[in-house]
Amino acid sequence: MASTMRGLSVFISDIRNCQNKEQERLRVDKELGHVRTRFKNEKVFPKKQGLTPYEKKKYVWKMLYIYMLGYDVDFGHMEAVSLISAPKYPEKQVGYIVTSCLLNENHDFLRMVVNTVRNDIVGRNETFQCLALTMVGNIGGREFAESLAPDVQKLLVSSSCRPLVRKKAALCLLRLFRKNPDVVNIDGWSDRMAQLLDERDLGVLTSAMSLLVSLVSNNADAYWNCVPKCVKVLERLARNHDVPQEYTYYGIPSPWLQVKTMRALQYFPTIEDPNTRRSLFEVLQRILMGTDVVKNVNKNNASHAVLFEALALVMHLDAEKEMMSQCVALLGKFISVREPNIRYLGLENMTRMLMVTDVQDVIKRHQAQIITSLKDPDISIRRRSLDLLYGMCDITNAKDIVEELLQYLSTAEFAMREELALKAAILAEKFAPDLSWYVDVILQLIDKAGDFVSDDIWYRVVQFVTNNEDLQPYAAAKARVYLDKPALHETMVKVGAYLLGEYGHLLARRPGCSPKELFTVINEKLPTVSPPTVAILLSSYAKMLMHTHPPDPELQDQIWAIFRKYEGYIDVEIQQRAVEYFALSRKGAALMDVLAEMPKFPERQSALLRKAEDIEADTAEQSATRLRNQQQTSNALVVTDQIPANGSLPVGQLSLVRMPSQNMEASSLDQGKVQGYGAVKKVDPESASSSDLLGDLLSPLAIEGPPSGPTTLEQSQGLETSPTSPGALALAPLSDQPNSIESIGNISERFSALCLKDSGVLYEDPHIQIGVKAEWKAHHGRLVLFLGNKNTSPLVSVQALILPPRHLKMELSSVPETIPPRAQVQCPLDIVNLQASRDVPVLDFGYKFGSAVVNVKLRLPAVLNKFLQPLPVSAEEFFPYWKSIPGPPMKLQEVVRGVKPLSLPEMANLFTSLHLAISQGLDLNPNNLVASTSFFSENCRAMLCLIRVETDPADRSQLRLTVASGDPILTFELKELLKEYLISIPAATPAPAAHPLQPQSPLPSSAPNDDPVLG
Amino acid sequence: MGIRFVLLVNKQGQTRLAQYYEYLTLEERRALEGEIVRKCLARTEQQCSFVEHRNYKIVYRRYASLFFLVGVDNDENELAILEFIHLLVETMDRHFANVCELDIMFHLEKAHFMLEEMVMNGCIVETSKTIILTPIQLMDKAS
Repeated sequence: MASTMRGLSVFISDIRNCQNKEQERLRVDKELGHVRTRFKNEKVFPKKQGLTPYEKKKYVWKMLYIYMLGYDVDFGHMEAVSLISAPKYPEKQVGYIVTSCLLNENHDFLRMVVNTVRNDIVGRNETFQCLALTMVGNIGGREFAESLAPDVQKLLVSSSCRPLVRKKAALCLLRLFRKNPDVVNIDGWSDRMAQLLDERDLGVLTSAMSLLVSLVSNNADAYWNCVPKCVKVLERLARNHDVPQEYTYYGIPSPWLQVKTMRALQYFPTIEDPNTRRSLFEVLQRILMGTDVVKNVNKNNASHAVLFEALALVMHLDAEKEMMSQCVALLGKFISVREPNIRYLGLENMTRMLMVTDVQDVIKRHQAQIITSLKDPDISIRRRSLDLLYGMCDITNAKDIVEELLQYLSTAEFAMREELALKAAILAEKFAPDLSWYVDVILQLIDKAGDFVSDDIWYRVVQFVTNNEDLQPYAAAKARVYLDKPALHETMVKVGAYLLGEYGHLLARRPGCSPKELFTVINEKLPTVSPPTVAILLSSYAKMLMHTHPPDPELQDQIWAIFRKYEGYIDVEIQQRAVEYFALSRKGAALMDVLAEMPKFPERQSALLRKAEDIEADTAEQSATRLRNQQQTSNALVVTDQIPANGSLPVGQLSLVRMPSQNMEASSLDQGKVQGYGAVKKVDPESASSSDLLGDLLSPLAIEGPPSGPTTLEQSQGLETSPTSPGALALAPLSDQPNSIESIGNISERFSALCLKDSGVLYEDPHIQIGVKAEWKAHHGRLVLFLGNKNTSPLVSVQALILPPRHLKMELSSVPETIPPRAQVQCPLDIVNLQASRDVPVLDFGYKFGSAVVNVKLRLPAVLNKFLQPLPVSAEEFFPYWKSIPGPPMKLQEVVRGVKPLSLPEMANLFTSLHLAISQGLDLNPNNLVASTSFFSENCRAMLCLIRVETDPADRSQLRLTVASGDPILTFELKELLKEYLISIPAATPAPAAHPLQPQSPLPSSAPNDDPVLG
Repeated sequence: MGIRFVLLVNKQGQTRLAQYYEYLTLEERRALEGEIVRKCLARTEQQCSFVEHRNYKIVYRRYASLFFLVGVDNDENELAILEFIHLLVETMDRHFANVCELDIMFHLEKAHFMLEEMVMNGCIVETSKTIILTPIQLMDKAS
């Protein structure tokens, strides 16, 4: 056929002979002009200059070729589509294939051929059926779903249809189901699906298995009857029973179908039927034991594809311990082989394996091997190794792992440095065995990769040092050493100057550390640093002056000279500092008061967060304040955005940030953890208030007029968001409860899981397991706590106290003081929701076992989304309501950055799990998602909420989120809730897009009234 | 979704076949192909066949002057895709006998027909070479 399309061949050779891109473009333009003229003439003079089907076909292929080369083809779509209606196969085929390459599902032209396509599908010609099914399967949209689904289903199960049609029908239905899940009626379909899996033809089975994966991932419960069938398919393949030669690939019965089948099985939560389970494990055992390394690459790859899928399935099924250790042993072997593909996959799967408990210790044995891969020449392998090291790090191996990361940092390529630096910082913070080590690590990080150390990482160091007197001389001495190094990164200058200004006097007796020497070493950097750093240096000089006893007139003159030099500086911030410090330092005693050492950072969980949120929520009147907030460096809201977005906080802390802010319970919870860690001492309420006082004292200097509402707000914001990000103090690793008894499993993860489902384990330790089962109906909820004593002796002094947030009414029935051995006690808890809020109730739970007293504070999953019920709306309902809410505060829009890269179906799944109903097709743009739900509270009963997400296919890390409802608080809370779920957790690479959100640099650019440097 | 795209690129970075299973605008395609070519073509034989790019993976294999690159979701079975590439090459080889870059260039439509029989909507439909090639052979006979 190609030989007959001479024009096309000539064109392709011409393109091939082009010497450069410019020539190619000219040739393409010429051809496009030619094709365009021919198409146009045909429209004008259909009789005289009509195109033969052959010509049309040829031109359409040329268009596709040009399009493939990357040139825009903005005409001729119509001609391509019209070929679909051609009576002969060759033209029709070209029409279908080119249409599915050039157009997308929303293209108007597609509507014109819906009928032709349907006729081809229901017609008798199987080759036409195949073409039509394939195109619909590739680009069919909602419209096709509605008009074609029944026909496609019929073909799929028809006994008179040949496999070649049915396999395409299966994947076509998969597409239609994804476009509109309603087209598959689950009740009737699950039996058909099970029957379909009895199929002999492996082509049909391969397609059907893909369809099953999609159906099951949407609703596993409905398809449990397919489980035994899948196991049968797997047995048939594994035993090579009834597998035609054509489907045997290098001696392995269709590896792709084996993989797909095992994938389908991973969507079922568990396999209960003992016979099915046994058969499946027999097959899996055979795969695990029987896969040998062979010489033939293809055979080896194919058998290992099957093996890796089997490993994943075994992990998913939480198999018996013996089998699990077999898996770990295999993976251990894989990560030490030379063959890069197998090593890559070994590392990847070992990272997945970390999710399974009990194997961590075994994995740790391979640490040395994993570290070797961190130095592999292949970036893909290094990335896997880094992820695995990050995942397996805990308090026992943190020192080794972080040191390796630091070492690697000096040689790592650009693409990985940022991720490395961030991961090292998080691990150092999470698992620091002692704080001086933590300081060492961060300073090394700044030294080796200063460009990739975001400001909040060094703020954190300052915060620790401030709050730990023992650490202060050590940190100052370290800073002194670094400042001697040549070619220092500016961040190092900042942190060094800050530490020496604040604590340099503690080193006074050491050689090279007299005030003058410190001043000289810092001042050497002054000419080369940027204005924000200059501001820090000025503060540091003022501090030095204050610390020098008796005053050194020479030093004083030098510093005053600098202050005077900057009195007229163009940057207002610096100018103001210079003027103020100069004035203050001439007042002697006043200087001592004002520049006294920084108070400890309060760990209270910012009342400001809440305030800033309020400001955001009610807009119009306070726009001036808001504007100010944006201009003034930092506001707490930015911090909320920033934490998840640039990922400087470890996962565990995120949840703390979300904690109710003005709740005493919350902060006491934080404190509990912090104390447990021992790093941060309890807040001295006085020091906190005195810092506020200081702020007040100083504020008139910066802002004219008396400190009014917003001003105090800013002051306190400054205090909060400077080195202390709110919640940042809650450094305690989660395993480090203030109790000697360790919890089993991650409390925070358990809570997160329960936020999306209604029953599960809330907490477990060696003595007790607390389960939760909840039912939600409108604004009422009933949550039953199951307290199970795991011991053979009783648990005594059991206490359970509910600390409800303001928006919930909660009543807990009495909890017995003693739980008998091996007994389970049920405690129902009735909940009434009054209002929308993301605050979370806390269960203060304690008991005694022997001499151990256990006390834990557990968040209860009575969260906002539990009071949502998915409520699908039609276009007729949606648009009037959407339009009736013009804007803030009832409709809020926000560009969210640092979003987890989710595909739209994944995002839809997430929304569904949060009880939002996805309305497909309401938004014509395929990159957008529209959802609706109804929120129940006692105050307003049911309230309709509409959500719209606009994504950017080019950049999945950001999206625009709009939420509308009749209640401003609800709108705001719901928007924030969705954001929490959408934003990526910092375990992954930080989103660079997040940077614009950051405060420019809280310290220097804010007015002195909120400046901790001044403390 | 599974397979997001199948790309054939020669060692100069020229696209020889492109089939996407999710819609991308022309600009997005150009950008994506450029990035991928830069990332994958510079890799050595000793490096693994998987490259992480944006939020998906590229599984690739080189045959003489031609790179076969398949974009897949992160949770896809990489080795299965790697061998699927080989299956595609064997299928082309059976049809063209000693397939080379020029065969694919000058018979773009046939390459598309084959791929269409093998992948649909990002899922594998058929892995039997005989069945994949049947429609093309019928057509060749007819013309």
